[in-house]
Amino acid sequence: MIRFENVGLRYGLGREVLSDLSFDVRPKSFQFLTGPSGAGKTSLLRLMLMSIRPTRGLVHVFGREASTIRPDQMPILRRKIGVVFQDFRLLNHLTTFENVALPLQVRGKMEADYRQDVKDLLDWVGLGHRMHVLPPVLSGGEKQRAAIARALIDQPDILLADEPTGNVDPPLAARLLRLFIELHRSGTSVIIATHDLGLMDQFDARRLVLNSGRLQIYE
Amino acid sequence: MNDPRNSPLDRTQSNTAPAGAGKPTADPGKGADGGAGAKAPVRPLKSGMSIVPSETIAGTALVFVIGIMAFLACLTLGAVSLINSSANQWQSDISREVTIQIRPSDEVGMEDAIKQASRIALSFAGVSRVEALDDDATVRLLEPWLGTGLQLSELPVPRILTVTLAADAKPDFEGMRSRLESDVPGSSLDDHRAWVDRLTTMAWTMVAIGTAIFLLVMAATVTTVIFATRGAMAGNKDVVEVLHFVGADGRFIAAQFQKHFLVLGLKGALCGAVAAIFLFLVLGVWSSQSLATPEGDQISALFGTFSLSWSGYFGMLLVMVFVSVMTAMTSSWTVRSQVNLLQDYRRAS
Repeated sequence: MIRFENVGLRYGLGREVLSDLSFDVRPKSFQFLTGPSGAGKTSLLRLMLMSIRPTRGLVHVFGREASTIRPDQMPILRRKIGVVFQDFRLLNHLTTFENVALPLQVRGKMEADYRQDVKDLLDWVGLGHRMHVLPPVLSGGEKQRAAIARALIDQPDILLADEPTGNVDPPLAARLLRLFIELHRSGTSVIIATHDLGLMDQFDARRLVLNSGRLQIYE
Repeated sequence: MNDPRNSPLDRTQSNTAPAGAGKPTADPGKGADGGAGAKAPVRPLKSGMSIVPSETIAGTALVFVIGIMAFLACLTLGAVSLINSSANQWQSDISREVTIQIRPSDEVGMEDAIKQASRIALSFAGVSRVEALDDDATVRLLEPWLGTGLQLSELPVPRILTVTLAADAKPDFEGMRSRLESDVPGSSLDDHRAWVDRLTTMAWTMVAIGTAIFLLVMAATVTTVIFATRGAMAGNKDVVEVLHFVGADGRFIAAQFQKHFLVLGLKGALCGAVAAIFLFLVLGVWSSQSLATPEGDQISALFGTFSLSWSGYFGMLLVMVFVSVMTAMTSSWTVRSQVNLLQDYRRAS
């Protein structure tokens, strides 16, 4: 689904933050992306999301080399990728329900068609009673789950999650992990960027370890 | 997290429970993350806000600027319309009359020449009346230059015949001119073509100037809207980025801004157009009330009675619609070009 070939990345004229990355993300797979802070995890996720272009090498997404994709086709491909941002990026003036429904709204779906699905998903992530409130009222964990629900609502083919358990306590982190595992079992490829070793120990999965811009893979 | 057998993520809709996806024992909303577990007040599911909140767009200033621009555009349109109708009026007045001038000649007496010229003029189709300026009228005409007590017999003063044409008549001026020149020595025909040409040129010049001012006003409006849209996008950078990452295309994002700018454009253009219409109505009333005064006569000689035709007012309403639509389209275009930059698969910087 995603394939990197000798990918290198530098910002401006600085040093290479990612060097010679070659790996692939297979369909229905589950992997942790880990490494110390500043190792380039977020940059790697941005490369997968086609938010930035590598300085060298090739990135293939859904079988297409990313530089050959026209800008007007980008939104269609991005709709197959769910993203959970480290800082949630919920829209503070919209209710939890509206935030989670946003991906469906931008796809032109009618509210009557998705209303129940959004409610079900919010119930499922434990936010059924908080769907009416605005994000500033939510706790960190609730925001995290709302952001995850938004990424899952259209059942993406790939889920990229950047430190999805960074703001929650261990019990809730474990519950969120179970949510990702279930998502993976329902057919989505999941990539979780985290430096929480305790979390990774709870599920036996492939590990992509970034260190000083280089990648080691532990199957 | 409820029973995974009923998971909304179950693509197969089967009842097979995924192993390992355990059912949480506690309500995650009241988890150890310190959730605001207190009872939420009963509120509607939707916030009633649009994706791009209108409060984040500097609307008042933009409405004010668009209002001024629409006012200037309507003023220009109204002025051009007034001048154009006045020019048409002058043109039609002049073209309903031609003049025959007879210079004194030794060959024929002036009175005979006047009679002969009148006969010739009346013989052409479309001529309704020929009137010679009598001696008294001629003396009065020359009084500003030659003073009072002028004796026409002492001076070789040319005489003027006014030929009035029937409405919409187009007599054969060339034929009339050649017959007068051959049959009445010293006569000439002036059909005021030079004046008509000048008036036409002036009317077109005014229309061209008005169009140029209108285009300048529109260019200023477009530029203002572009800056306002960029400001609105900068103020909603987070919203645009989130929309972008959840798969919104440029058209969807642009539509979120466009509807706000259409409303702002409508408000501004409505204020500007109503102000311009009000101004013309007031001027029309004022000029009709001051018709008898010297200033009123002077102004009405130049601009008519300041009464715009219905087409003039309709044009102002069209300007209003045009300014609003242009505002919305400009903002849409600006957003889409900015979103295209965002969607461009670009190198990290």
